[in-house]
Amino acid sequence: MVELALPKNSRPTEGKTWAKPQGATNLREFRIYRWNPDDGANPRIDTYYVDMDDCGPMVLDAVLYIKNKIDPTLTFRRSCREGICGSCAMNIDGTNTLACTKDMKDIKGTVKIYPLPHMPVVKDLVPDLTRFYAQHASIEPWLQTDTPQPEAEWKQSPEDRYKLDGLYECILCACCSTSCPSYWWNGDRYLGPAALLQAYRWLIDSRDEATGQRLDNLEDPFRLYRCHTIMNCAKACPKGLNPAKAIAEIKNMMITRQS
Amino acid sequence: MASTNGNAGPTYSVTDHTFDVVVVGAGGAGLRATVGCSQAGLRTACISKVFPTRSHTVAAQGGISAALGNMGEDDWRWHMYDTVKGSDWLGDQDAIEYLCRNAPAAVYELEHWGVPFSRTEEGKIYQRPFGGMTTNYGQGQALRTCAAADRTGHAILHTLYGQALRNKTEFFIEYFAIDLIMDQEGRCRGVVCMKMDDGSIHRFRAKLVILATGGYGRAYFSATSAHTCTGDGNAMVLRAGLPLQDMEFVQFHPTGIYGSGCLITEGARGEGGYVTNANGERFMERYAPSAKDLASRDVVSRAMTIEIREGRGVGKNKDHIFLHLDHLDPKMLHERLPGISESARIFAGVDVTKEPIPVIPTVHYNMGGIPTNYHGEVLTKKNGDPDCIVPGLMALGEAACVSIHGANRLGSNSLIDLVVFGRAAGLRAAEIVKPGEKQAELPKDSADLSLSRLDHYRNAKGGTPTAVLRDKMQQTMQSNCAVFRTGEILEEGSKLIHEVWKNGLPDIGITDRSLVWNSDLIETLEFDNLLVQAVVTMDSALNRQESRGAHAREDFPDRDDKTWMKHTLSYLDDQKKNVDIDYRPVHTYTMSNEVPYIEPKARVY
Repeated sequence: MVELALPKNSRPTEGKTWAKPQGATNLREFRIYRWNPDDGANPRIDTYYVDMDDCGPMVLDAVLYIKNKIDPTLTFRRSCREGICGSCAMNIDGTNTLACTKDMKDIKGTVKIYPLPHMPVVKDLVPDLTRFYAQHASIEPWLQTDTPQPEAEWKQSPEDRYKLDGLYECILCACCSTSCPSYWWNGDRYLGPAALLQAYRWLIDSRDEATGQRLDNLEDPFRLYRCHTIMNCAKACPKGLNPAKAIAEIKNMMITRQS
Repeated sequence: MASTNGNAGPTYSVTDHTFDVVVVGAGGAGLRATVGCSQAGLRTACISKVFPTRSHTVAAQGGISAALGNMGEDDWRWHMYDTVKGSDWLGDQDAIEYLCRNAPAAVYELEHWGVPFSRTEEGKIYQRPFGGMTTNYGQGQALRTCAAADRTGHAILHTLYGQALRNKTEFFIEYFAIDLIMDQEGRCRGVVCMKMDDGSIHRFRAKLVILATGGYGRAYFSATSAHTCTGDGNAMVLRAGLPLQDMEFVQFHPTGIYGSGCLITEGARGEGGYVTNANGERFMERYAPSAKDLASRDVVSRAMTIEIREGRGVGKNKDHIFLHLDHLDPKMLHERLPGISESARIFAGVDVTKEPIPVIPTVHYNMGGIPTNYHGEVLTKKNGDPDCIVPGLMALGEAACVSIHGANRLGSNSLIDLVVFGRAAGLRAAEIVKPGEKQAELPKDSADLSLSRLDHYRNAKGGTPTAVLRDKMQQTMQSNCAVFRTGEILEEGSKLIHEVWKNGLPDIGITDRSLVWNSDLIETLEFDNLLVQAVVTMDSALNRQESRGAHAREDFPDRDDKTWMKHTLSYLDDQKKNVDIDYRPVHTYTMSNEVPYIEPKARVY
């Protein structure tokens, strides 16, 4: 059932304003979503000030500055800090993206940071991605073949290999799926752009021989067809991929096999 | 569910699990071992502090070495020779033979599982030149490094994760491993973990624990390594009273982006890139006349450091070097090096088709780690036996020291290390563990070490935040255990790092007391892990009075095979805050008689 307003206990309240770093002359304001299930309180928005002369250029640098120098309880995922592991996906300045590759120069004024939208929150900026991962697993992301394996590699022409470009690079950060209104409303039954991008990556792989079963698995009013070409996914993807296009290609394959 | 008291205080709820095999870590090695053990019919758990595709294998770029010969003649024996020479004769040649012989089959297996390798015109796996990889025992440049553009690690890790799903792996994701469970006889019986999203304790009992926990790059201030590269398995082994091996050998990658430390693959030079100094000179021609920019990583990193030290660095402070790709075909860059083109744009503001990338040697890889044989079984020295197997325990990947990389790893030999030895561990596990075999009860106090440590840090009320102590450690390692080392600088470094250990650590204080996703606590446990590795690294470096591979002592500039062709073993005495050093002989023999032992000689590129 669609809920149009946040339930009472989810409405963010004004949080704490933390002290400005001493002696800093180049301050920037950060407003960050905080929620800790331990204390039973509503979420709150805390205000921090970061000394930009003592901080790297990316949003992740600022978040680390806050954790290391102001408030060690601020909680978020991070790992590679170079845009390849997909851990630090957050809603920054109104858009889902990776904190580690989001340059603060590209944000005007106060930097506002929230967890990825419409996902259960574990704590602060850490969302629960269990369902997202299960959807990815449901498309069976591995090569399926019936032909006996060759001793060396399966041959694949460079042209066939190019077809995987723009697909295999997905880092499962969930920026796309959690930016999709259709996924917000029907995330329990619609697979969402990330899982469908991967579905197409295996469908279009010249080595894969399970096209029929893969399409059968997607032939469903919700799993595939809840994509309404809103294109938020393509806009959000921090790797510049286009899940909406991949979904359109799958729909095309569905029609082609019927005719 | 049972309850157990930590020595220090409150009761933690403990959930017990029993498996045939528990793999700690879900990077390339951990996932490959997990798949192998599952396929052998063993009930296998894979525990990871991050979701598997976030493991640092994902960041490997340039490729995975195997003598496939797709783009010119190649032979695994040449690969073996290159690896031995790259290791500066500290690698164990039986293990190196095992690696290089089995490399092609391991790469074909990955391809059969779906890795989207780049392709040759004939549709075969594309292979690129890499540093130190030669044909005919050093005669020509080999094309041996199999690549999926410059995202090979990503392609492999996501594929291995898919295989783990296919084999219905039981994952325990965002579980942080605290300590091993060792019994009186010295057998490993399991591992104690904390489930991060609720703070509950989970005790895993297993016939076999496989540590695939990666390296500890974050002991340094600037590293290409992820924040999560804290070598947790290495530290668990030290606390279990077992030794780590060759910890003084830390690889600096020549081309980390100046400032951020993000990696630019060696494949950039493999595809024709080169480094220049302030005079625009291609200085590698002076240091490595035949291999030039594709000399081994330690050689290039030292050359760059000398150029900077002698005033020929680039930039305002003359403190870095330029990497040129701007002479290369933009179409080729787009096809073969799209990832680093993006990284250079984001982290250095550079368009690689037009400008050079500012780079600097950056901590990248730990050759040292947990000593093992080529089946993955952990070794210790006992009653004079330097190859005594620790029952119930294996180690793989960057956490392990097999040793195939010796004193210096060749680029693209780490990814092949993961899958060859990950596979080997699965094969060995199938031999030594019977599926569903009954396991003895764990001793009552088996979780005490873990819980007392956990409780100690969770309630730590000292005056120094973790971040401050971590910074001290990282700065000390960065300035006192760098590309070039001297006795004097290492002496000072040893004093400073012991000071952090002895006097800093007891004053640590954390702020977050919650149980749900307490990253302040996790970072503190990780810091504790990093610190003991930093200490043994520094002391091992101080101890080794020669120059070999990545360990360059200006006061002992030559390799000294007579005294030092041996592995360092470092033990920790956590009570006395002391490091004990011992040695193991290098294996000066091969695995089979199909290839002769490669005799040491001068290492020139």
